[in-house]
Amino acid sequence: MSANELLIWARGSGFNLALALLVVGLLLRGFEIFSLGRKTDLAPARARSPGSGWKTVFSRTLPPLGLVARSPTTYLGGYVFHVSLFLVIFFYPPHIAFLHALTGATWPALATPVVDGIAAMGLAALVALLVSRIGNPVKRFLSGFADYLAWTLAFLPMLTGYLAYHHLTPDYSLTLGLHILSAELMLALLPFTRLFHAVSLIAARWYTGENFGRKGVAT
Amino acid sequence: MSASFEKGYRALMEALDTPAAAFFSSCVNCGLCAEACLFYTETGEAKYTPIHKLEPLRRVWWQEYTVLGRLARMFGLAKPVTDEELEAWSPLVYDACTMCGRCAMVCPVGVDPGYLIRKMREGMAAAGHAPQGIVEAASRSITMGSPAGVKWVTVEAQIRRVEKQFGFTVPVDQAGSDYLALMSSWEILNFPEYLGAVGRILNAAHATWTLASEAYEATNSGIQIGVSDLARELVQRIVTAAEKLKVRCVISPECGHAYTALRWEGPNLIGRPYGFEVRHILEVMDALKRTGRIRLTGTLPQPLSYHDPCQISRKGGVFEAPRRLLRDLAPEFREMEDSGTMNWCCGGGGGVSANERAEPLRYKVFQKKRRQIEAAGVKTVVTSCANCRVVMEEALEHYGMDIELLGVTEVVAEHLAEEAKK
Ligand code: SF4
Ligand code: SF4
Repeated sequence: MSANELLIWARGSGFNLALALLVVGLLLRGFEIFSLGRKTDLAPARARSPGSGWKTVFSRTLPPLGLVARSPTTYLGGYVFHVSLFLVIFFYPPHIAFLHALTGATWPALATPVVDGIAAMGLAALVALLVSRIGNPVKRFLSGFADYLAWTLAFLPMLTGYLAYHHLTPDYSLTLGLHILSAELMLALLPFTRLFHAVSLIAARWYTGENFGRKGVAT
Repeated sequence: MSASFEKGYRALMEALDTPAAAFFSSCVNCGLCAEACLFYTETGEAKYTPIHKLEPLRRVWWQEYTVLGRLARMFGLAKPVTDEELEAWSPLVYDACTMCGRCAMVCPVGVDPGYLIRKMREGMAAAGHAPQGIVEAASRSITMGSPAGVKWVTVEAQIRRVEKQFGFTVPVDQAGSDYLALMSSWEILNFPEYLGAVGRILNAAHATWTLASEAYEATNSGIQIGVSDLARELVQRIVTAAEKLKVRCVISPECGHAYTALRWEGPNLIGRPYGFEVRHILEVMDALKRTGRIRLTGTLPQPLSYHDPCQISRKGGVFEAPRRLLRDLAPEFREMEDSGTMNWCCGGGGGVSANERAEPLRYKVFQKKRRQIEAAGVKTVVTSCANCRVVMEEALEHYGMDIELLGVTEVVAEHLAEEAKK
């Protein structure tokens, strides 16, 4: 397969396959989680606390006071990486064009040099997070294959995208093809790897928010 | 109850539910929960990271309830959880977690490790890996009606002392009373002043109240050890007595886990709502004061602080009441850093204080509270859990610190305007 054929496959069948795996995977994981069920809480709530689950879904995006100072790399690296990933995916002009072709929707883009800077920061943050995962005793102790796999799945599309944009490799088409492939790999494996937290954290935060909210405690 | 690995494994499987699956699916091993847990902050040992204490439970979930995990096990790519492993985890699950819930406040993806520890203990206990001290307390609860082996005659002796000291009759088995008062083992054995204080306060409010000879003990070791059958039996005793006496409200005493057991877990354990209300003594006093049924007078001039018992503040939602009660009385009231729902545990909740094996670790993690008290610059600490109080008393002595510990209920009783008039 030549670089061009690879690119064409990645743009066509490859993408469809990844999307199909993503959808099937999300449904399966959703079923695995929700089919377990949860008993209705028979203890009367302290106070009516409508929306406490949803409140925590959003409020937990902010760090608790004092903890940032204790774990600066985790917080800073985490924020920079996530924000950068989001901005690059949704505001880089070629990505918008791609999503437009797919969905018909469109929105204003960020200037490419700005996206470039953001992507570089995202990459640096990922590297910092890896260094801290290996260097921090607690994180190193907790980490296993799944954690490094998730890191790699996030790192590859960012790296290949950056290399392609700057034409840093001899074969642009090949790099672009690999970029698209690695992004597809990330999509396809999202439901089955630690990347799934991107979706499941809504449920996790919601349950914690609800459980504590019933007792009159804001989380 | 004969314990076996199979029973334990089955109990772990049965305990897993949707929130647990959402939690395990979401954890990214960022390690932040370690920073919220005093067992990590005071020891610096990575094994005390909250989510790590749940590793066997996570693997049971993954291997039993996810397609990928089941496949991995089928093809020998995932090793099944073993009895040896559960045994090895016992010190992490029982000695190094007070189910204080603090880690749930910081996890960026919203995991509540304490929720999972409660579930994990169900399996650990069924597999026979609960520590001896808690097992014995639990079996005393069944055979003698109290984890500390307190019998009704002991309570009767205390009743007589209270009656003699304060000159009022302690009502027993009075049907139709407003309140049924319970005590924790600690209050019966170590803090006889509690019963006197409750009586003085309720009498001052002209409320009708009673003790029940069939249910006087609120401590629930079933919750601590993780045996729901036992927890249910202990709750049922109270429910039966309260409904037989047709009381309006059962007062949970100054004990953290008793409140969790009776107020939050109880209806779920017995499978129905109660025919009465459950309130913590702090809530009762706060309501009586706010409706003007009791008035407080005088002051505690010394600088003092309040230690939030985890099960009452963070996991019970009663953190404003004690402050409302204390603030007027104590002009020098000082909050510790990280108070209210972000308080730090005394280190002895969740059955840790009943677990002798955990004693050295308990003293070690008390360093957190020690620094908090020192930073607040107080010599008096008020709290509302007899277990916290005993744990802190022992630890303060261990560290040679001269700090006075008081219970909110006795402080309130000592400042009743109604009594002052007389
Ligand atoms: S803070 Fe939450 S996500 Fe991070 S390691 Fe602990 S449980 Fe996992
Ligand atoms: S519940 Fe408390 S003691 Fe247990 S792991 Fe969490 S922070 Fe530590």
